[in-house]
Amino acid sequence: MSTVKESSPDPELAGTGAYTWTGKSRQWFLRHLPPEKLLPEDQPSYVASWAYVFGMGAVAGLIFIIGSGVVLSLNGPQWYHVSSLGHFTNSVHLWSVELFFMFMVVHLWIKFWMAAWRGGRLLTWITGMLAFLVSIVTAFTGYLLQTNFDSQWIAFEAKDALNAVGIGAWFNVANLGQIFMWHIMLLPLAVGAVVALHVVLVRAHGVVPPLDAAATDAQLRDSTAGAQDPEAKPS
Amino acid sequence: MTKVPSTMSWRTGDNIASRPWRGRVRDYDLFKELTIGVVVVGLLVLGLSAIFSSPDDPGVTLKSWAAAAPADFVATATAELGGSSGTAGYGPPYNSTPDASQHLGFFNPQELSGVRLAIDTANDFVINPLKTQSTQLPAVAVWTAATADQQAKWAANYSAALAAAPDGDPAQVAKGSYGPVPELAGALLGMARSGNLDGVLQNSGQPYNLNYTPTILFLGDGSYFPSLAAAAHLTGDQWGVMNETGNTPGQSWLWLFSLFYQIEPFKSSPNADILVVSTMLVLSLLLTLLPFIPGLRSLPRKIPIHRLIWKDYYGQR
Repeated sequence: MSTVKESSPDPELAGTGAYTWTGKSRQWFLRHLPPEKLLPEDQPSYVASWAYVFGMGAVAGLIFIIGSGVVLSLNGPQWYHVSSLGHFTNSVHLWSVELFFMFMVVHLWIKFWMAAWRGGRLLTWITGMLAFLVSIVTAFTGYLLQTNFDSQWIAFEAKDALNAVGIGAWFNVANLGQIFMWHIMLLPLAVGAVVALHVVLVRAHGVVPPLDAAATDAQLRDSTAGAQDPEAKPS
Repeated sequence: MTKVPSTMSWRTGDNIASRPWRGRVRDYDLFKELTIGVVVVGLLVLGLSAIFSSPDDPGVTLKSWAAAAPADFVATATAELGGSSGTAGYGPPYNSTPDASQHLGFFNPQELSGVRLAIDTANDFVINPLKTQSTQLPAVAVWTAATADQQAKWAANYSAALAAAPDGDPAQVAKGSYGPVPELAGALLGMARSGNLDGVLQNSGQPYNLNYTPTILFLGDGSYFPSLAAAAHLTGDQWGVMNETGNTPGQSWLWLFSLFYQIEPFKSSPNADILVVSTMLVLSLLLTLLPFIPGLRSLPRKIPIHRLIWKDYYGQR
């Protein structure tokens, strides 16, 4: 077997790197996002605050939005008017959206006060903001899809803002078919993609250290509960 | 170990925010945290849904409008015929009414977007629906044979007479030169009362139609539909952008967008919509690009809320 390897050297084993697009892509991903970064089992000692729960809360909210949205999609936009299960599913959809936005806004403010864009985390900040803005448009189209008095009135009122900036001619809020497709396909894909990219960037760059942190946290007292120092070496 | 103040720049450099962390680590279980998050948020969502449910006020139909406010319906149909309704004078994208569009100085995106959703209110909302009736109304032929000036005069006269009549009641209108307008508006009211107009206006001659633009615009041109919205605190001057029917929270994340409509110079400007939307776009862009903006990006250091966020970390120094 070893003779086969010798006669046809593996470019990776030989240290020359991959030579196909696929191989190069794999190497790029493994370099920027190794499995231990993507699915970590430890975090820096400073990642210990109630402030960190809101990002995860928003992700959990999004899971319930998608789940309830899928059930509503199975039965169409008018099902919830006539079914008690449908109405409850609609309520779950609404309240998971309310919580999603609440968590996301608190998360955004906390990341601002942390100056979380520091140290090459610019794209993490920008994708977070994009997730917020695209979610606003997605929620808006959801309100237009209620097929009740509220959606009729929102369509009538909101057209003015969109027409004034020239968007209304192409994005017609009173066209239920168009808004339906935006709400259940185009915008969820956009939110999903931006949120996924945001989460991957958080993992790739790691959590930003405190503003006044020292190069290591050797200045901390030893009382740090549950802390380990696997890299106990002079910096 | 001396404290090294972190730079506020987004750039990667030789500093603590850019390097992989070399200090202590703590145990962290990503999947466990996600599971706990999903369970807690799930309980919250199910609890809120069970307690507060969700609002679902039935929509307004042309039939319910005609039954509840027939005088308003007739006045609106007359305005659609005479070209004096909100939709008739709206400008792009529905029609090309001169000087109707909003603009920021010379920048007029509404005009640039063109008439892509063309609506001729007299024909689309009144005459064409009446033509679908099995018995053709002679008044339709009289209307279509008249000149545009004559049509406008008849409709304006009848609009003025309706406004002067007690409660706008068409039955109490004084005699005058209205041509076929009272008959056309009355016939349309009859169609609406029977429920036919909802179908005719909505389907536009097609078996399938998901576009509700004509119905929504016609409803909005009257006073009945907006009065229902005002009673539910949904109009723009009532922070309606972020309100929902009943006591359920609406799109509360639009609070700033809604706020601008309550204050000057936006509130009374004829270009309020384009001003508010442009302001929101600029503010959103500023927040998105905040890491590039010196001064703004240094606020977190000047107002040390981060000391609260990382209280445990700083407390252990």
